Amino acid sequence: MSTFQLEIQLVAAVVAAACALPGTFLVLRRMAMMSDAISHAILPGIVVGFFLTGNLSSPLLILGGATAGLLTVVLVEWIRKTNRVREDAAIGLVFSSLFAVGVILIARFARDIHLDTDAVLLGELAFVPFNRLILAGRDLGPQALYATGVVGILSLGFILLFYKELKLATFDSALCATLGFLPGILHYTLMGLISMTAVAAFDAVGSILVVALMVGPPVSAYLITNRFGYMILYSVALAMTASIAGYWIAHLLDASIAGCMAVMVGVQFSVLFCTAPEQGVLAAWKRRRHQKWQFAIKMLVIHLLQHEATPEADRECRMDHLQDHMAWEEAFAEGVVSRAVSQNLLHTVGEYLELTAAGRELAREAIIHT
Amino acid sequence: MNAVEVRDLTVAYRESPVLWDIDLDVAPGVLMAIVGPNGAGKTTLIKAILGLMKPAAGQIRILGKPYRRVASLVGYVPQRGTVDWDFPTSVLDVVLMGLYGRIGWVRRPGRNERREAMEVLEKVGMTGFAHRQIRQLSGGQQQRVFLARALVQDARVYLMDEPLQGVDATTERAIIDILHSLRSSGKTVLAVHHDLQTVSSYFDEVLLLNVRRIASGPVSKVFTDTNLRLTYGGRIAIIKDAP
Amino acid sequence: MEQLLNDYTLRTVTLGTAILGAVSGALGTFAVLRRQSLLGDAISHAALPGIGLAFILTGSKASLVLMVGAGLAGWFATAIVLLITAGTRVKYDSALGLVLSVFFGAGLVVLTYVQRYPNANQAGLDSFLFGQAASLVVADVITMTILGGVALAALLLFWKEFKLLAFDPEFAHSLVLPVRRLDIGLTTLLVVAIVIGLQTVGVVLMSAMIIAPAAAARQWTDHLGIMTLVSMVTGALCGVGGALLSTSISNLPTGPTIVVCATGFVVISMLFAPRRGIIWQRIRRTVQNRELRSESVLLDLFELARTHDDLTYPHMEPALRVIHPQRGTLYRQLRRLQGKGLVQMHQNGAWALTPDGVRVCDQLRKERIG
Repeated sequence: MSTFQLEIQLVAAVVAAACALPGTFLVLRRMAMMSDAISHAILPGIVVGFFLTGNLSSPLLILGGATAGLLTVVLVEWIRKTNRVREDAAIGLVFSSLFAVGVILIARFARDIHLDTDAVLLGELAFVPFNRLILAGRDLGPQALYATGVVGILSLGFILLFYKELKLATFDSALCATLGFLPGILHYTLMGLISMTAVAAFDAVGSILVVALMVGPPVSAYLITNRFGYMILYSVALAMTASIAGYWIAHLLDASIAGCMAVMVGVQFSVLFCTAPEQGVLAAWKRRRHQKWQFAIKMLVIHLLQHEATPEADRECRMDHLQDHMAWEEAFAEGVVSRAVSQNLLHTVGEYLELTAAGRELAREAIIHT
Repeated sequence: MNAVEVRDLTVAYRESPVLWDIDLDVAPGVLMAIVGPNGAGKTTLIKAILGLMKPAAGQIRILGKPYRRVASLVGYVPQRGTVDWDFPTSVLDVVLMGLYGRIGWVRRPGRNERREAMEVLEKVGMTGFAHRQIRQLSGGQQQRVFLARALVQDARVYLMDEPLQGVDATTERAIIDILHSLRSSGKTVLAVHHDLQTVSSYFDEVLLLNVRRIASGPVSKVFTDTNLRLTYGGRIAIIKDAP
Repeated sequence: MEQLLNDYTLRTVTLGTAILGAVSGALGTFAVLRRQSLLGDAISHAALPGIGLAFILTGSKASLVLMVGAGLAGWFATAIVLLITAGTRVKYDSALGLVLSVFFGAGLVVLTYVQRYPNANQAGLDSFLFGQAASLVVADVITMTILGGVALAALLLFWKEFKLLAFDPEFAHSLVLPVRRLDIGLTTLLVVAIVIGLQTVGVVLMSAMIIAPAAAARQWTDHLGIMTLVSMVTGALCGVGGALLSTSISNLPTGPTIVVCATGFVVISMLFAPRRGIIWQRIRRTVQNRELRSESVLLDLFELARTHDDLTYPHMEPALRVIHPQRGTLYRQLRRLQGKGLVQMHQNGAWALTPDGVRVCDQLRKERIG
């Protein structure tokens, strides 16, 4: 492995971690599409920053981009408050028009520089090692590493410092406000961080991969844990794995690195979507199959309990009645009865079904607990 | 033949039961209130009867037939909060929606349908509002529009989810008058109702529901302190008017 | 204008963009009302791999082939979003963000393969990113017309069913309309509307063509049919305007130009539309407030006069100022009321109600109590 490759992977991993950190909050607060909006909307800010400084690696660009990102948040909020356009439409309108302005500015006035429209969207991780940070004649490594690293550390610091408040604001912003934690300020700080992350990352990986890394790993993590802290940890780990795996797959296939990373994010999710221990589709299917029988048995005992010792008991508490009135298939009804019998909840007297003491107990409990 | 017949109905949402083994018979020409605490499954029961929710077990018959075969004879008044009142449409338009099932595919509502809709709007006292955008209505007026949409179907059985929720006194009176006139023309009404004080003056029969059926039958027999305590788990004090 | 009629290319472009604008305007109306604005964004991004795969599989760049590929991919993406939200606790916005970015990433991977084909570069599938109006040829426009025509015809045919679906799907269900199939049908039409615009507007910004015309149209009318028509016309105007601008000015990408036009329409509509427009609403509120203020001055005069037996008993301004401390406002209101003949000023500078004023007060008091 050459130094180049090592550096690319290092940058990719740092970008991934920096995106996944604040992304977790976006996913939990049902604002995932804000990552899409912000990562597109920062473009005009960057372009204007470039026009002002004439330098693509000026930190002013990050500031310009972050401003545009915050502007998006404010505009969406403002449009929503006018009640003229609903929030989802407002998000779509704001970011697409800001992005359009950015693309036009580039196409009209900045054609000949490195900042071309494809790079904005797609990024080019392979070129990252060529753009180096040189201080006092010493080569300190790729610039992107420092830009994303600094932003990532800012996010981490923010999360560690306000962990409790963020958690509260995410799950109960009303309570948070009454306790005086100012969810508004937390919200805008978070959005500012997301904008800065998007700016720092998009030069390397492009705006779409920013979305993939901010949303994908947290969503996958959401499938395997119920705990907030773990979700953040898992997101970061998943994001870093996806980015490095994506890099090697791109290397093998000789395809777009950012594209392969996004695909790996998708692969991670698909695998967890199927196999996650509680949330996964397979687990849910198994649980449902088991619960279907348990549920049917409960239904049966409750039914029998409600009708035993009533005048219509003779009619209601019979095998054939189950097919008629409960609308159960014959085979299913027989399955339920035989399972219930084997669990010693009832016994059959010819066609007549009679609860045992245990069955009666279960039925009473089921009624009380629902 | 009963207007509505529910046998051993169990409905589950995401594997946890919302209704357990419900039995219910509603005779034709009866006004029945469905009463129970929040989360008792009142809305679920209505939705299950309408086929909007698939039961885990049990059988539902309306006028002796499954819902799909008698849908045109059933009118539905959903909760007011279930739709977007900023939707670009007029009062008349909403009422006409009640006729979409009868009009059939592709055809548009014509003059006859409009006339019918206007007649119903008159019944609910909303003639002057026919061409208003629905956002401009008060809560009570919105409720009347939903009622009109069901009335225009000229159904035999009406299922209403909280038709009196958050309406003004005038509207409440008007809606009750309409319910009574429905009864006198032999229609059946099942309505989810929240106000325990008015159950006995507004309705003939009552279903007390809390996941299970606690009791059902004529208000005078069933609407007792004991049953109410069973329904609400004794958590609330029920103030009844002195007889 | 003469140029427009004579120039063959320009005519093709104009026709094509008008059609795409009209179709996306019509279907956008329903998407916006059904809160599916951001689904449009996901569909258009997700179309990218479909376009690339269609080209790889068939070797053809015919617009119909590419559109079918794009449509299938967009449709598939929608299905996955539904699968994720139905099968797990992952929320709709997260599912959208994930699917959007992963599909787009896959599209980038596919495109790196496409670029290796010898004939890929001439008309460049790259133009699908930001759209290229100038690349429209007659065959494309014919395809767009047929597909768009079918979509519009279907919308017209099932108009009342779609309307009910958008307004109150549960009620539609209670009328035993096939709600699920209608939903799939309307979403499919949305996919068609998006797909026919991709070549001109590009996958990145096509969602704006779904949202913007409809959001603008909503401000002008409260009637669904008229809203759809206004949205179609707006869409067509944006399409034509943007395409003409971008073909006549060099270095102006089509998609962003169209989107900026559309945003302009939204801003104008939100500000100036009668009734819903923000400007009109401000004016109305100011008038109302002024009305309320002078009414209260009038009623105060009435109350003061009631302490005497004569309802037209005059009072000096300082007495009134006890209730209305702001001198300027009070004086203005009194002058206004005088102008309406409701109060009069006596020689000594005292103010009194006129008989008309007394009558108005009686009425106001009745209204406020009743």
